[in-house]
Amino acid sequence: MWNFRLFPEQASSFAGRYDFTFWFEVAICLFFTFFVSLITVVLAIRYRRGSKVNRVHPPTHSTILELVWSGVPFVILMAMFAVSAVLFVEQYSSPADAAVIDVVGKQWMWKAQHSAGKKEINELHVPLGQATRLHMISQDVIHSFFIPAFRVKQDVLPGRYTELWFRPTKVGRFRIFCTEYCGTDHSAMGGYVEVLSPADYERWLESGTTGVTQIEEGKKLFTQYHCAGCHNENATVRAPRLEGVYGKPVPIQHGEQVEFVKADDRYIRDSILLPKSQVVAGYQPLMPSYEGQINEEDLLKITAYIKSLALKSEALPTYVPEYDVDKDMPGARGSEAEYDVDKGLKPGREAGEKK
Amino acid sequence: MSTHVHSSSTAHSVAPNSSSDEPLNYLTNGHTVKSWLLTLDHKRIALLYLAGVVFFFLVGGVMASVIRMELMTPGGDVLYSPDAYNRVFTVHGVVMIFFFLVPSVPGVLGNFLLPLMIGARDLAFPKLNLLSWYIYIFGGVSALLIVLLGGIDTGWTFYAPFSTTFSNSLVVPAAIAVFITGFSSILTGLNFVVTTHTMRAPGMTWGRLPLFVWAIYATSLIMVLGTPVLAVAIALIGVERAFGVGIFDPALGGDPILFQHLFWFYSHPAVYIMLLPGMGVINEIIPCFARRPIFGYKAMAGAMLGIAVLGFVVWGHHMFVSGQSMYAGLVFSFLTFFVAVPSGIKVFNWTSTMYKGSVNFDTPMLYAIAFIGLFTIGGVTGLMLASLGVDVHLHDTYFVVAHFHYVMVGGTVTAFLGGMHFWWPKMTGRMYPEIWGKLSAIVVFIGFNLTFFPQFLLGYLGMPRRYYEYPGEFQVLNVLSSAGASILAFGFLMPIVYFALSLKFSPKAGPNPWRATGLEWETSSPPPTENFASTPVITTEPYNYSPEDSERAPWDPFGSTTPEEVAHVG
Repeated sequence: MWNFRLFPEQASSFAGRYDFTFWFEVAICLFFTFFVSLITVVLAIRYRRGSKVNRVHPPTHSTILELVWSGVPFVILMAMFAVSAVLFVEQYSSPADAAVIDVVGKQWMWKAQHSAGKKEINELHVPLGQATRLHMISQDVIHSFFIPAFRVKQDVLPGRYTELWFRPTKVGRFRIFCTEYCGTDHSAMGGYVEVLSPADYERWLESGTTGVTQIEEGKKLFTQYHCAGCHNENATVRAPRLEGVYGKPVPIQHGEQVEFVKADDRYIRDSILLPKSQVVAGYQPLMPSYEGQINEEDLLKITAYIKSLALKSEALPTYVPEYDVDKDMPGARGSEAEYDVDKGLKPGREAGEKK
Repeated sequence: MSTHVHSSSTAHSVAPNSSSDEPLNYLTNGHTVKSWLLTLDHKRIALLYLAGVVFFFLVGGVMASVIRMELMTPGGDVLYSPDAYNRVFTVHGVVMIFFFLVPSVPGVLGNFLLPLMIGARDLAFPKLNLLSWYIYIFGGVSALLIVLLGGIDTGWTFYAPFSTTFSNSLVVPAAIAVFITGFSSILTGLNFVVTTHTMRAPGMTWGRLPLFVWAIYATSLIMVLGTPVLAVAIALIGVERAFGVGIFDPALGGDPILFQHLFWFYSHPAVYIMLLPGMGVINEIIPCFARRPIFGYKAMAGAMLGIAVLGFVVWGHHMFVSGQSMYAGLVFSFLTFFVAVPSGIKVFNWTSTMYKGSVNFDTPMLYAIAFIGLFTIGGVTGLMLASLGVDVHLHDTYFVVAHFHYVMVGGTVTAFLGGMHFWWPKMTGRMYPEIWGKLSAIVVFIGFNLTFFPQFLLGYLGMPRRYYEYPGEFQVLNVLSSAGASILAFGFLMPIVYFALSLKFSPKAGPNPWRATGLEWETSSPPPTENFASTPVITTEPYNYSPEDSERAPWDPFGSTTPEEVAHVG
């Protein structure tokens, strides 16, 4: 009980500057509070009934005064807005070199997957000094990932990825809380971030694992869930190949229109769970939905595998469906050939399109 | 200042229990239960509301006490179950917001005073007014039945998909109860707006309306425009939960952020539904006890309308870390800072109203001064929460809990208590014991700060809200907060006791014990059923006080001493 402190620890590169802004704003707040309290008390005492003061012609208004106490605070308010907005934008801009760790929130625990294959629950091991980006999603209700010592927080939503980044500056254990009310054991949904020196972190990553990386696990699941049956090289069913897809624009058939959508994590997740919502131009909506059949952790692994395919295919800088399947499966393609090639598909495609 | 003395009519004189020489007033005009439960008199309906809000305040207060007891220690040892705790804080929030704060000042003081202040006989739609009360009571009693039958554990915010898919509690019945109660707000708001537009006495121009009326008017606009959106959001929760229609739950194809947008579109303006009437009360108290015209009447009225309008465009500041886009966050933060300008004008103008005044420190004024201080703290900490990057760390921690209690309890409840002391003589015809009044104001102020100030520190340290158990390092501040809560509870119980006792033991109040301006003080205390013997005609400006008169002839509103005697002694 008596181990309490009045200020939270600072353990991230962000914490120090957060505190600077925080105390800057506290100073403004204290100034206004004391200023208002002071003039209230001084005026109340000076003009208390019975005091011998001049009470002739109490002013009923003063345009200048009212403009001053609207205008001056407004300038200060805009300063508060500006400094805090800068801080906010920075929290949205994770550095390019950030290491990514996948986090899944579920009632009532936090699960983390490192790309090296290590998994943990209610703990998060991160290396000191390394910018780390958490790539988060919820299995059920809304949660919120909060590390007070890092001054970072982000809601974790079902059905959508959100992100949060930090750069730890202190070795040690720091609390994780869930800060979005999520049911019975909301207050028990927490744990610790364990900041290790880079060497210790490497050692930790290698300890007690089978050495199977997240990508390898994803590859296994890719076969297990029968994704490979259609999406692999020698598949008999005509489905888009996934090599080189991630991070590139993909043509999506929207009725008569074709729109390009960037193949990011959201796109891959939606393509697995809601395949009919975004059919690649040139293909039939044949894929069954995996909704409710793959949990978020496995989805992240499969996504990691699909991402890894992006690097495999340098020969395919942008995504082009493979039309040779046509010859094997005549008629498999529906009316997709009607789309307007001028909308930006590769000119080279046209020849392949003609029936 | 003319006083309209009511002369009893023949119809009144045959009523039972009327003492021989006293004219009937609205309290003595009918003693049957039916004459109360079917009354169309806005003053009696105000007292019905008073009974309702006091009852629900006590219910919500008991829940608050249980919360503070549970949080005395880090472990769960009072309720023995997180589910029970989650139900308790949900009931605390739902009851305090929907059944106490929203109806408190408008339902009680607004109902009682609006017609009196504008020189009207009653509200525009007396039957609708009674219906509003019945809807409110029906909603409130249903909510309590739901609590007895198993309760609800979603928090007052009903966030989806927890509320629609995952909660194992009575969400649909509770949603229906809140949905129904909303209509009480809408009807009351409608009634007040129409009354203000159509029932003002001759000479009561918009520029002469008491600022309390402006406050009630601004509030009513929000009630009419905002509450339907809450009704829609809550109804959609019910539809998704009961029929599995995918609206908010992504597993059904919905969007949980959409619920937050709909919910806060009402619930942020609702903050001003709770706060503006309190500001209106302070607008009346300060000029009366500083004995001078209010500083900047037009700015004050404009500020309240400004707050009401701006309140509708800032809801996204509840969602900075929700997954809403960064640009939306920037826009909502920017707009939120604009609300501070009219709020600041109000605070500075109240303070300036004491300049060259003749300030009396009777209980209503003590509450009003406490309001200025506590509302200022609530307001400036609100600015920190409106600050994007700063909010990220503080969001959903006890800092937020402390902030909105400073605004809602330090602001609204303090104003409500101040207003109850101020108009108690008018409502009941009796004074209250001033010593106890002053004591209650001081105890509430100390207890309040001890309860909620430590919560700012807890929030900065990172303690999340809605936590049944918490790490040991937060205990000292939680114990302080709980200790403050017991003092605060005592401070809140005191007025309930002495107000009740005053009905029998306190000296009778004249028509105008405070020598206040305003039409409500020109009729007898308590007022007759028809409010005024003849329709008043207004020829003077509002807040026509003179500090010099107050100095020349001071008086004791409570005492048997006449003004002349006091003047002689002084």
